[in-house]
Amino acid sequence: MTKLLQVNDLVVKFGLRAGDLTALNGITFSLDPGERMGLVGESGAGKSVAGFSVINLIGKPGFIASGNVVFEGEEISSLPLEKMRDIRGNRISMIFQDPMMTLNPVLTVGTQMMETVLAHKKVSRAEARETALENLRKVYIPSPEKRLEQYPHELSGGMRQRIVIATSLITNPSLIIADEPTTALDVTIQAEIMDLLLELCEKERKGLILITHDLGVVSQVTRKIAVMYAGRIIEKGETDKIVRNPQHPYTRGLIAALPQTEQRGKRLAQIPGMMPNLTSIPPGCAFNPRCPHAMDICRTREPEMFPCPETGGETACFLLDQERK
Amino acid sequence: MMRAWRKFKESYLLYSFLHDKVAIVSFTILLVLVVGSFSAPLIAPHDPYDTATIDIMNSELPPFLLGNGSGSSEFPLGTDSQGRDMLSTMLYGMRISILIGLGAVAMQAALGIMLGLLAGYIGKKVDAVLMRLADIQLSFSTMMVAIVLSAVFQSMFGVGRYEEMAVPFLIIVIGIAEWPQYARTVRASVMAERKKEYVEAARVIGFSSSRIMWRHILPNTLSPILVISTVQVANAVMSEAALSFLGLGMPPTQPSLGSLINSGFEYIFSGSWWITIFPGILLVVLILVINLLGDWLRDVLNPKLYKG
Repeated sequence: MTKLLQVNDLVVKFGLRAGDLTALNGITFSLDPGERMGLVGESGAGKSVAGFSVINLIGKPGFIASGNVVFEGEEISSLPLEKMRDIRGNRISMIFQDPMMTLNPVLTVGTQMMETVLAHKKVSRAEARETALENLRKVYIPSPEKRLEQYPHELSGGMRQRIVIATSLITNPSLIIADEPTTALDVTIQAEIMDLLLELCEKERKGLILITHDLGVVSQVTRKIAVMYAGRIIEKGETDKIVRNPQHPYTRGLIAALPQTEQRGKRLAQIPGMMPNLTSIPPGCAFNPRCPHAMDICRTREPEMFPCPETGGETACFLLDQERK
Repeated sequence: MMRAWRKFKESYLLYSFLHDKVAIVSFTILLVLVVGSFSAPLIAPHDPYDTATIDIMNSELPPFLLGNGSGSSEFPLGTDSQGRDMLSTMLYGMRISILIGLGAVAMQAALGIMLGLLAGYIGKKVDAVLMRLADIQLSFSTMMVAIVLSAVFQSMFGVGRYEEMAVPFLIIVIGIAEWPQYARTVRASVMAERKKEYVEAARVIGFSSSRIMWRHILPNTLSPILVISTVQVANAVMSEAALSFLGLGMPPTQPSLGSLINSGFEYIFSGSWWITIFPGILLVVLILVINLLGDWLRDVLNPKLYKG
């Protein structure tokens, strides 16, 4: 079976005056058709850059320095712009954080949805309208005919994110990249939107890359998880195993920092220090200055990915190597 | 249609209009002037273009009510040096002035919006080149551009041909001279808009750059465009009047307000003040109401602006 998406040793750099800055340092992951993966990490770890680089839309001065992206058996990281445009929004679509900002304030919801269909499919306006209505019903929007005539500011935040989701589904893509889709919404709406996204992906067997810093959200929705730190994937594996039994000290720290009911009255654990700036990544393992288990080797050599049966995946930490020896 | 009407009736635009006395008065006067001038062939008592109806014996008659009996009820605002009825000539003249004003603004807007969009959206070298062009254009005054172009035109096609082509010629001259106003305004708004997330979302959907520019960014820059449009119409009408006053605009056979003021100017010291004063007042009123409406529109469309 061909993979839905394969990202192979992708390096993304930003060309700055002071020299190239490495934003993604050789990330590798793959997704089967209909599979859902979470991409987690702190702000600035490179999650969003990873998402954008899949559709080759990294803002200038960013560029893909090496590695490639294979989507449905076709290498898409070196496609010319025209062909790439056919894939964007059509076979791969993307959902952003703030639905207030991602809908154009001066165009009606209907115009924006129909435009997306018309840009990618050869259909009449009436058919495009039908498709838009059908997709609004899919995301449980009440009285969809009325919504088509409304402007984004006339709708609530949750409603707008539903419309964004409906728009992203409208061309029937096989992969959805959701970049923190619920961060701008309040908690009850968050749960609704996540449930909706999960339901739609399950029903239509769509691949999903969920980019978030919220481990709770990820464990609800995805089967696989990849944890990013300073432009690298440092741990990947099955979501429930990683959440229950994290191997990398960084992942452990992240999970310990989650508020949990049994720790009532106690202070939340936190990882000391800050993620390094991309211009000043320490030698060796990027996490070593903050790591409670740092050894001499961590300060000099970068850890490779070691297979890890506990999580069903791989972890980039010498601790796992040492234990095996 | 009904929906659009209802939306308009509930809109803030209409609400603030109905609560602003200056706006209502200005709009009413403007409406009267525009309707009056464009229906001039129907309502004007005389046809100033029809030489058969002009009698030189009627020249320089004073306004009927002010003439101490020397005026004629046939010419309520008097006549000019050729015996044309001032009221009719002014109505026809204002029609030409407004036509040139609107045409020139349409031309400025077309040029300016296109170049401003390109400069703002593409940025970098395109932006630098277009904006330097705009700077160069702005360093020539409208008058200078008009004088040079009309000299070129008249020497190429002859004065007779110029009289036929005067209206489109003036539209082009004023349009070319003032496009940077639009280009700068549009560029500034485009630069602010293109960093917004909906533009990124549009790229992610796979729209082409030209589609993003025209369909997504341009509608978001409409309010500053609307505001400067009103000011620019007033400016264009004034530029036209100034050019005509200098004899570079409309010929005396098809007078605009500016050429009427000019043609009366030589008679002002011989006592025939009405030939200059009436078109002058009309011009001032026209410009004033357009500017007042522009001010009102700016306040409505930009609520952040502090109005002291």
